[in-house]
Amino acid sequence: MSPSVVSASWLSGAVVAAEGGGEGFVTPGVRNFWWPVIPFDGTGPWAVTRPALVLLVSVGLLAWFYVGATRKLSVVPSKNQFLVEGSYNFVRNTIGRDIIGSKDFLQFVPLLLTLFTLILVNNVFGIVPFIQFPTMSRVGIPIVLTLIVYVTYHTVAIRRKHGVVGYLKSLIPPGLPGWLRPILFVLEFLTYFVIRPLTLALRLFGNMLAGHLMLLVFIVGGEYLLLHGDNLFLQFSGVLSFVFSIAMTFFELLIEFLQAFIFTLLAALYIGDAVSEHH
Amino acid sequence: MITASLVAAEETGYPSGFPLLPHPGEMVIGLIAFAILYWLYKTKVVPRLEELYAERAAAIEGGMQQAEQAQAEAREALEKYTAQLAEARAEAGEIRESAREQGAQIVAEMRAQAQAEATRITEAAKRQVEAERQQAVVQLRQEVGTLSTALASKIVGESLEDEVRQKGIVDRFLSELESGEVKPEKVAPAGQDA
Repeated sequence: MSPSVVSASWLSGAVVAAEGGGEGFVTPGVRNFWWPVIPFDGTGPWAVTRPALVLLVSVGLLAWFYVGATRKLSVVPSKNQFLVEGSYNFVRNTIGRDIIGSKDFLQFVPLLLTLFTLILVNNVFGIVPFIQFPTMSRVGIPIVLTLIVYVTYHTVAIRRKHGVVGYLKSLIPPGLPGWLRPILFVLEFLTYFVIRPLTLALRLFGNMLAGHLMLLVFIVGGEYLLLHGDNLFLQFSGVLSFVFSIAMTFFELLIEFLQAFIFTLLAALYIGDAVSEHH
Repeated sequence: MITASLVAAEETGYPSGFPLLPHPGEMVIGLIAFAILYWLYKTKVVPRLEELYAERAAAIEGGMQQAEQAQAEAREALEKYTAQLAEARAEAGEIRESAREQGAQIVAEMRAQAQAEATRITEAAKRQVEAERQQAVVQLRQEVGTLSTALASKIVGESLEDEVRQKGIVDRFLSELESGEVKPEKVAPAGQDA
């Protein structure tokens, strides 16, 4: 049995407990992502939830790995250092230097590295046995990360483009006819101040929520079919559902990496936009 | 955020309400988590890695410098060897030249020596021939003297033969005959012999 199958009963157990009974099939939904830990039945806005704890665990792991592995660095890398350098190179060169430009990218590397590793590890936690919670499927966390990127790129742009007025002026590309300028200004303003942060946060959140929900449906549904199915056909369908969920798990792994990459890439793009002299 | 918490209080928490409603607790912890990780990366991980990169670049650059130095040294050595080779070649040319001169000198010397030798041999041969001729002349004169004496005694008579005067007559006769070609001192021994 695959790890995802092991977790199925656990997750469905939670579902059943949440519903307070076992009557009929309960479709997994958004409520499965609400998981207060301290206090256990907490409903308040300050309850410490499972994703929050998972996030802290991921920070601990990342800190332990990166700080530990960079303690003793040598010019000829060891195995651990190779992994650290590989990930660092990817963020530094592929995302940072190539997009922001070799002149200014270095000061943003810590930010990009934090975003990439934090999102990647938390996404992968969605399919790691016994953790199995994609932290980014809780909208608050992508919003926080997006806010950081949002504040960063606007601050950089205001500083680089000679104040707020200069920044707003730079939104309109030069050489446009007069009547087109206000229209374009509104469009560009919406892009920079509303659409970009909205899509950045929602893309990550939506992908993680939907992917995990789909896994839940296949696993919980498969289990229900297998255990409560009336005939052999339904039970066989349950097994098929499990098998499919395993395939979906691997697909999820791809999505998880891709989303971490896209988020960091777009953050770098926005910062690069702010750093550049032109529009 | 206030409305969020209000809604949360009214509903059964965050689950069934709106999935898009951010949970403040999670946001705060998210912010803290990000801050911790960012601080660690900014103060420890990234500076260390950048230092390593600088070190590595320096190492590579150092290697390149070393290679450049080695190349310069090699070029210098090559120049030195080329110069030495040219020198050696010039020296060899000089030596060859002097050898040729020396050879020519030797040949000339030899030729002169041979010439001298040849002259000497010719001279010696000439002298020998002269001596032999002289001898032949002397012998011939004796024989002629004897013959003519015999002939004269036959003509004049046997009495004259033993006379001492006879000698002077023959001599006189011969010197008259040859008119100074044969030296007088050679005559005497001939006469004594006879």
